Amino acid sequence: MEIIVYAILALLTLALIFGAILGFASVRFKVEGDPLVDQINALLPQTQCGQCGYPGCRPYAEAIADGDVINKCPPGGESTIASLADLLDVEPMPLDEAHGEEKPRTVAYIREDECIGCTKCIQACPVDAILGAAKQMHTVIANECTGCDLCVEPCPVDCIEMRPIEVTTKTWSWELPPAPVKLIATDAGRGHAA
Amino acid sequence: MTRKTWPLTGGIHPPENKHQSTQLPIKIAALPDKVVLPLSQHIGAPAEPIVAVGDYVLTGQCIARANGFVSAPVHASVSGTVTNIGPMAVPHASGMFEPCIEIQSDGLDQWVALKTNEDYASLSTEALLETIQQAGITGLGGAGFPTAVKLAARAESAIKTLIINGTECEPYITADDMLMRERADQIISGIQILQHLVKPTECLLGVEDNKPEAIVALKKAAKNTTIEIVVFPTKYPSGGEKQLIQILTGKEVPSGSLPADIGILCQNVGTAAAIHDAVILGKPLISRITTVTGEALQQPGNFEVRLGTPVDFLLEQASLHSEHLGRLVMGGPMMGFTLQSLAVPIIKTTNCLIAATQTELPPASPAQSCIRCGHCAEACPVSLLPQQLFWFAQGKEYAQLQHHNLFDCIECGACAYVCPSHIPLVQYYRGAKGIIRQQELMQQKAAQSKQRFEARQDRLAKETAAKEAKRKANAEKAARLKAAAAEKAASDQQPKQEIQAALERAKAKKAPNKSKPQLTAEQKELKIQLAMVSAQLKKLQRNIEQSESTPDVKQQEDLDRLQQQQQSLETALAAATPNDSNQAAPPVEKATTSNSKENASSGPDLKVLQIKLAQAKAALKKAERAYAAAAENNAADQDALQATIAGKQVALAEAEQALAKAKTSTEAPSPSKEAASKKPKKPPLDEKTKTLKIQVAMAKAQLRKLNKLAEHADTAPPKEEIEASEKALSEAESALAEHQQQPSSSLADA
Repeated sequence: MEIIVYAILALLTLALIFGAILGFASVRFKVEGDPLVDQINALLPQTQCGQCGYPGCRPYAEAIADGDVINKCPPGGESTIASLADLLDVEPMPLDEAHGEEKPRTVAYIREDECIGCTKCIQACPVDAILGAAKQMHTVIANECTGCDLCVEPCPVDCIEMRPIEVTTKTWSWELPPAPVKLIATDAGRGHAA
Repeated sequence: MTRKTWPLTGGIHPPENKHQSTQLPIKIAALPDKVVLPLSQHIGAPAEPIVAVGDYVLTGQCIARANGFVSAPVHASVSGTVTNIGPMAVPHASGMFEPCIEIQSDGLDQWVALKTNEDYASLSTEALLETIQQAGITGLGGAGFPTAVKLAARAESAIKTLIINGTECEPYITADDMLMRERADQIISGIQILQHLVKPTECLLGVEDNKPEAIVALKKAAKNTTIEIVVFPTKYPSGGEKQLIQILTGKEVPSGSLPADIGILCQNVGTAAAIHDAVILGKPLISRITTVTGEALQQPGNFEVRLGTPVDFLLEQASLHSEHLGRLVMGGPMMGFTLQSLAVPIIKTTNCLIAATQTELPPASPAQSCIRCGHCAEACPVSLLPQQLFWFAQGKEYAQLQHHNLFDCIECGACAYVCPSHIPLVQYYRGAKGIIRQQELMQQKAAQSKQRFEARQDRLAKETAAKEAKRKANAEKAARLKAAAAEKAASDQQPKQEIQAALERAKAKKAPNKSKPQLTAEQKELKIQLAMVSAQLKKLQRNIEQSESTPDVKQQEDLDRLQQQQQSLETALAAATPNDSNQAAPPVEKATTSNSKENASSGPDLKVLQIKLAQAKAALKKAERAYAAAAENNAADQDALQATIAGKQVALAEAEQALAKAKTSTEAPSPSKEAASKKPKKPPLDEKTKTLKIQVAMAKAQLRKLNKLAEHADTAPPKEEIEASEKALSEAESALAEHQQQPSSSLADA
């Protein structure tokens, strides 16, 4: 009987000590914010376009951290899905077409002689990439534009268009060569596995 | 004594094919009809045109200035007219267009005045660098980095070793070889200028042993100089900057750093010659030696060609058999690229044109599977793992590629050359590099967008918070005002309630009388009018009181007018009442004399008047209080407040007068009735009362007079006088009240 009491007391003491240590650690080494959300957010393309149905990339990152699917980001496309799948250790899935399709990056362009200076697009721009004032012509700071399309719809005179980003000799790069030709039928599948 | 050299890691020995173009001396190419000068023939920002279409330019005239630090100007290579400035085909692997300046030659080749300078040693470093920069000299070896920038950056960091690259290792190319053979003096002179600029402890000119004529010429020219000609075995790619440094010094340039970081500066022999031309002769870089070779040409050789000369024009001078031309390569066969058009110009970095036949440079054989032979790794001059990089590139594992130092790859093509499976390895590396660069760019942009988005969110949140705070403050203010108003209303309510109670009492008293009200039409009309006027008056009074400011003249007038109206109405009503039937008389008085009817009808009238009197008194008190407060705080309001007091006093006096009148009219005819009735209002008037009353009346009159004076004149009469008269009045009144045994004038004292 006595031994049981001692055992219980010993266990209780241990529990108290470890509880205290854990409690102290949880206060002392508290992690501010959710690092997972930050990690997910870092992988998203930050266009802030809202095509995923959330108001910006971070809210979607939070939603993913809470268990939402990873295939709702058309601007990020397959590469973003792949990296998210890698991070979260889930199966990569094809892009959800309901949210749009992966398109080449574009940049907004304001046809300036048509602009009436209503500032509606300025309010819509999530990254403040449109310059202008009331009754003054607006223009897009092309370097800052994420190509999110959000300014196109509010324009009352439809003077904003999305133009593909032009490739110059500075941004051009070599293509990866096409997959090697299989000379023999039995070669199929070889030379691919890394 | 021969200097020790270190062997190149890896490397290959491809067929040299150099002899074709070294049979003839350097030929001066004919002047083209037009030249196309791209604004970006160098690494860095494109130059900025300073001429316009239609301008006449001379040979050697600057037509586009350097735009930024890492940039180089462009000079007209012929004299003639600028015919076009805009995007034109340029020699680039992509086959894309770039902004260029097109000059139609006048065939005269008129030069600008050249500023020669034999004694460069007298020039300062800055002046020399400026001269080199203004001459538009870029690295002529292949990359085209602005030479002045490379030299200027070295000015701070101590350069121990100056290495001149005479190692033309790629097959076919002989431009530097021929230059060294024929213009060794020029090269040595240029090197001496470089030595003067960077002041190295040693200067090595590295040449491969497959150029004996060049070595002889250089050694001859370099006699009596500190320049050491170092000869080492031929192997591709010894001519790479980092490879040459390793061969000559045994030092390895660390990954991601520059030769200058280990105290070494490397320049091409062609660049040295151009520096000589620029500094000594004052000639800007408008021409270069280009090897034109390949089996499709009848007369391959080296040409000193003006920059901007169209490729087809130059090929014609080497007698091109266009029907044999299979592939036109700019640069060497290992690192060059296929030109997609013959209309592109020769630029500063064009060291070779290979017009190859189909058999000479056949299309690449189809790639087969990697057999993991490992030859590529042996051939790699940078000690990378080409096979591994290939797998990762195929699997699009970009992180792994970077981890395996893909960006140290110099794309020399040695691995692909030795690959038995003909895998286009360099293409994989180039493609992967492009994708990684693009991804990095995207990431940078994403970070930038994120920052901007967050800044915007912060700003919006701040704006909303500011708005919210403002709204809250407004709401609080409104609530405070409302509370104050409610308090005031409550305090107002009290007298009102009292009045209400008094009225109810009066009503209760009247209630039995009212059992048969049966008022005549005239009475009704009058009463309604009276009620309306009273209501108006009350409202006005309330307004004046609530506004807290002094009533203006109009309000005062309205007040007076309404009071008068009320009085007259009351009188009219009173007058109408005696004619009334006895039905209105209270039953108690019915039993007594008929006079009682009068009393009964005037009873409520009196009450009304008394109430009015009380109100007027309250108003006066309030005004006085306000005046006292104002006197304490601010003298500015005093006059106005005094006027208010005066107005109130007049009202009070009037009310009192009216009451007195009513009382006399009621009391005088029915002294007996008052006594007889159960609750007489006033005792019968005796002599004493009369005297007192007269006194009261007199005091009142005096007060009124004074008040009137106060009302009209801005210069108020002495306040003490008014107060004294008021005191007299109150004394008289109290005396009267005391005298009256049954004081029923409780209302009057309120």
